[in-house]
Amino acid sequence: MSGVAPPLLEVRALETRFSTEAGLVHAVDGLSFSVNKGDSLALVGESGCGKSVTALSILRLVPDPPGRVAGGEILFEGYDLLKLSRRDMRRIRGGEMSMIFQDPMTSLNPVLTIGDQISEAIRTHESVSRRSAWRRCVELLELVRIPDPHRRVHDYPHRLSGGMRQRAMIAMAVACAPKLLIADEPTTALDVTIQAQVLGLLDRLKRELGMTVLLITHDLGVVAEWANRVVVMYAGNKVEEGRVDELFAQPLHPYTQGLLGAIPQAGRVHYTNARLHEISGTVPNLIDPPARCRFAERCAKAIDICHREYPAPFRPAAGREVSCFVAERDLA
Amino acid sequence: MMSYIARRLLQAVPAVFGIIIINFFVLHLAPGDAADVLAGEAGAANEAYMKQLRETFGLDQPLYVQLYEYVANILQLNLGYSFRHNMAVADLIAERLPATLWLMLSAVFLAVGLGILLGVTSARFVNTIVDRIASVLALLCYSTPVFWIGLMMIVLFSVELGWLPSGGFETIGADFTGLDRVLDVLWHTLMPALALSLFYLAVYARLMRASMLEVYRLDFVTTAHAKGLSPARVAFKHVLRNALLPVVTMAGLHLGGMLGGAVVVEVVFSWPGIGRLAFDAIFQRDFNLVLSILVLSSVLVIVINLAVDLLYAWLDPRIEIR
Repeated sequence: MSGVAPPLLEVRALETRFSTEAGLVHAVDGLSFSVNKGDSLALVGESGCGKSVTALSILRLVPDPPGRVAGGEILFEGYDLLKLSRRDMRRIRGGEMSMIFQDPMTSLNPVLTIGDQISEAIRTHESVSRRSAWRRCVELLELVRIPDPHRRVHDYPHRLSGGMRQRAMIAMAVACAPKLLIADEPTTALDVTIQAQVLGLLDRLKRELGMTVLLITHDLGVVAEWANRVVVMYAGNKVEEGRVDELFAQPLHPYTQGLLGAIPQAGRVHYTNARLHEISGTVPNLIDPPARCRFAERCAKAIDICHREYPAPFRPAAGREVSCFVAERDLA
Repeated sequence: MMSYIARRLLQAVPAVFGIIIINFFVLHLAPGDAADVLAGEAGAANEAYMKQLRETFGLDQPLYVQLYEYVANILQLNLGYSFRHNMAVADLIAERLPATLWLMLSAVFLAVGLGILLGVTSARFVNTIVDRIASVLALLCYSTPVFWIGLMMIVLFSVELGWLPSGGFETIGADFTGLDRVLDVLWHTLMPALALSLFYLAVYARLMRASMLEVYRLDFVTTAHAKGLSPARVAFKHVLRNALLPVVTMAGLHLGGMLGGAVVVEVVFSWPGIGRLAFDAIFQRDFNLVLSILVLSSVLVIVINLAVDLLYAWLDPRIEIR
């Protein structure tokens, strides 16, 4: 599946920490994964598991202070982004790699027109005239199917609906045809019908522009529909990885099993007093996290060793990985 | 837009008349009138002379008659006559107003300009030594009374160092023309404008700092960084304009109050403006003059508020003028 070509993006043992009054929060703690060219990789996990911080770390946009990438490597086409100069990093941002954010209502500047904001992205990375940048804006708005783009380009964000704003955000993100697009919960703030449209749009753009997409989401429905590979995160680290079909058919980690069990499914209606499955307990405190399986306390299958040691990644097949003593025992 | 401006100005008319009427009664509640002052100075304070003076100025009429006459005059754009200066009030004001407007404008320019600069710098280097120095500076400016700082500036820069003139609008008798005159006026303006602006400068610096820090936390700033913009471009194109709104609001509110500060500064720096005129007129019970200056200042505040609202709509497209 991955072939011989090196991955487009490879994150190795990433550690991102935030200093707070309560102590040092290990938001991302030794995370490794890679994204191959043409992949649609979904990074999944519940709120606070470090998904968004991972995205910000990749673009080196973690607010510093209080945050800091404390260790690891982020290889993009073989270059370690953490070692690039600020100037080189700025060339990557918005040029080679761009990002769309969760809330389209707040991620556009309210005092600048849509056209201003998109053409700014173009002119930052390409030496084109104001006029041709503006023409490109109209084309981009057309590309993301915003109706009446000639007029919309002069509009301020507050004149657009949430879905339209997210389309404008996407137009801005793909303006310089990036190789990698990081989409951080791009549909979470939108209502369901608009969600489907935006996901469809991302899919089309990915094919038309040949982009690789890293999708960050907590929504397994979105993952099933949209991604081809999944990385499941829990408390700052990866617990499981695999192809979407495999992972959904046979989740190995108890946490993944719990997540999948918590999805209400049509056709599998629970009559009488049957309830949706839930994962009991809460996410562990990430200030000085323990050196053992972080899910152990919430895990129904936990055995002795889970409470003592940190499980190393186990690879039962190519492209499949799980960090769990129980799963390893069962599969061995 | 034009109809909006016209409507706002029309709405201001009743307010101005309200102000005239209230000020008129408040002034007449104060003990003494122009006759007392004039007779006292002439050393001829007998009943007959006082009666004669009051008749001349119409001060013997009942208050409502005086008010009626005053308002009737104003409607004909006649601001009345100054007993004290033996001049039409309109002429007096026309002579003094430009100096005050110039002083206020310079002070606003300094306060807003330097305040924003200081605030932006503080926010950019937040929690560093630069930020702390700026904070202490702002606190000092904020807590020092304007008359004291004015006097101390004169002591230091005029008396001790001899760098700047201690007062006045321009060098009297020098008869500069062209650029020389402009420079001479600027030279004289520097200290009074700075003295008047310090308090406001401090307020804007603090406000700007807080506002910048707040805007820096907003999502669209991350978007701007994610586009690959330089930190300077993010600060000036994306953060500054959003952060300016509270400062513009404050500056608009302050402009009216600044006229009060101008009175003090004009007295300290012998500035030939309307503030000093008002100050003297109050003590001399020169009712027509005081009233006119008060009306003028309220009109000024109304116009400034309108200008601020227009500026606000220009800065923030979400605000629509209807």
